[in-house]
Amino acid sequence: MASKIYALETARPKSTRKAVRPHKLRASLVPGTVLIILAGRFSGKRVVYLKNLEDSTLLVTGPFKVNGVPLRRVNSRFVIATKTKIDVSSLDLSRFDVPYFAREKKSKKSHKSEKDFFNEAGEKKEIKAERVNDQKIVDKSLIVEIKKTPMLKQYLASSFSLKHGDKPHAMVF
Amino acid sequence: MAESHRLYVKGKHVSYQRSKSVTKPKCSLIKIEGVTNKDDAKFYLGKKIAYVYRAPKAVRGTKIRCIWGKVTRVHGNSGIVRAHFKHNLPPKTFGASVRIMLYPSNI
Repeated sequence: MASKIYALETARPKSTRKAVRPHKLRASLVPGTVLIILAGRFSGKRVVYLKNLEDSTLLVTGPFKVNGVPLRRVNSRFVIATKTKIDVSSLDLSRFDVPYFAREKKSKKSHKSEKDFFNEAGEKKEIKAERVNDQKIVDKSLIVEIKKTPMLKQYLASSFSLKHGDKPHAMVF
Repeated sequence: MAESHRLYVKGKHVSYQRSKSVTKPKCSLIKIEGVTNKDDAKFYLGKKIAYVYRAPKAVRGTKIRCIWGKVTRVHGNSGIVRAHFKHNLPPKTFGASVRIMLYPSNI
């Protein structure tokens, strides 16, 4: 009897009922919003939110020419959305997806000699020409949009920080 | 003067949650600067807290160490919050300042 029941169970393949979907972002995050980055290398910088990617991260850019922040992914929880918005509908962002930002795999075999090991500290990681080019294209059309609003460029170039007595809970961003 | 790069709010580790004679070191009470009521304190719920201190011995190239925690709930009506840390803060930190980060953000 028992074996019958078990046979039935094993016959049915288990299917995962949960689908991996990008999570729903808060309402304040609309493409074109100016964001303040809260942590990491670019913390305090104001950046433009371009679109959200399938891995639930946000694609942002400084633009690079204005404040040095390149096209990069950020987690929405490490970001404050401001009221300032820029029209980004004219930008072509279709080529930026998750694999575009994937890290290059290092070849496992490369066993360093002693010489290489000491040289490495001085070497800088080179940025791909493709990335540089993409950045330039996005920057160009974005800066056209930014220039339409006076002082917006200076606003993006300045960074956010808390001064003595500032109360973020009372601020309107 | 150099421009400030502070992206956290300052707070003070006031005490543990306690009764008259029993202390509960698992739960620390934090007074956040500029917060004087319950509603203002609600903004900080869930935010990460860092207690940053210096130790005599360098670990991984730095003498600065950090105990991370997060704001769990409001404590009373005066704007004080309760916080849990990965490792309980030692009692000698009463009065020491902690950093209340602005993330995870929901603005």
